[in-house]
Amino acid sequence: MTHPDPVTIWTIIIGLAIGSYALRFVFIGLVGDCPMPPWLLRHLRYTAVAILPALIAPLVVWPTATDGQPDIPRMAAAGVALVVGLMTKNVLAAIFSGAATLYGLLYLLA
Amino acid sequence: MADTTSKSYYWKGFRDGSPFIFVAIPFGTLFGVFATEAGLNIVQTMTLTSTVFAGAAQFAALQLLQDQTPTAIILISALAVNLRMAMYSASLTPFLGAAPLWQRAFAAYLTVDQSYACSIVQFEKEPKMIVPQRMAYFVGSVTPITPLWILATYLGAVLGTRIPESWALDFALPITFLAMIGPMMRTLPHVVAALVAIVVSLLTVGIPYNLGLLIAGCAGMIAGAQVELIAQRRKADA
Repeated sequence: MTHPDPVTIWTIIIGLAIGSYALRFVFIGLVGDCPMPPWLLRHLRYTAVAILPALIAPLVVWPTATDGQPDIPRMAAAGVALVVGLMTKNVLAAIFSGAATLYGLLYLLA
Repeated sequence: MADTTSKSYYWKGFRDGSPFIFVAIPFGTLFGVFATEAGLNIVQTMTLTSTVFAGAAQFAALQLLQDQTPTAIILISALAVNLRMAMYSASLTPFLGAAPLWQRAFAAYLTVDQSYACSIVQFEKEPKMIVPQRMAYFVGSVTPITPLWILATYLGAVLGTRIPESWALDFALPITFLAMIGPMMRTLPHVVAALVAIVVSLLTVGIPYNLGLLIAGCAGMIAGAQVELIAQRRKADA
């Protein structure tokens, strides 16, 4: 294992800390309660439903743990978690049924 | 009066955020283990996890550090992963922007996927909530996660043990977020936004530095906004 030098590591830590905070603060801190235009608000309404699926979709189709090979247990677990969430509107029920599917299939297919 | 209801909203947020401890604990532990393996000492690991406080970006930075990537590229990539935080910040501004500056500065630190996802659902469901109630809910939603995330990172870093791959903890995050998406599909524009974002994220997965995520997110937002406009016009015509 190569040990990266401390200056590099601290540069990354401090840079990420400042940068991440700036990204989080930029709107809520600086804009405050100035009114924002309707077109902007209309787009922001869909931030969560757009970004979260976009974050997950590649992880479902090409999981990191299998070096990007599509994987039946993970795809099935994703499908079950999504469908149970859609039907029951219950996040915990969806998580547990997804996890049960994942571990059940990993066990059966092992 | 307002104080009492703020308190009850704090605990409502706490309950709504609680499921995410099942993500925070395994992922914090994994991050600690992974950071130790990447050559970070405990102080470095703990500083990173408590200041950046965003799992995906932290993992991305570690991965790139191990791949001997230049420092500038590591910073840009990890911050690109975190660009969605700016979108969350903008999206929360209409709801929390009237709070005092010190509260907003504190809320900015606590803006993560989980607190955002819980809060935006709650704020849209109950538009009559007043700003202190919203702030109480927001802080409540992240209260169960933050200490456990930091503690779990510490345990992972100290133990330094390898977690067997057969545990498939890599999938704790996708399952949890998928479970949240179901209840978010309230209207047609929400569904279209999600579908467009999924398709674009799969098409753009080859684009470096995780920029595909941002492109897909923007495409989904635009699609949702356009469908909303079309639906409004149809309603006006009818």
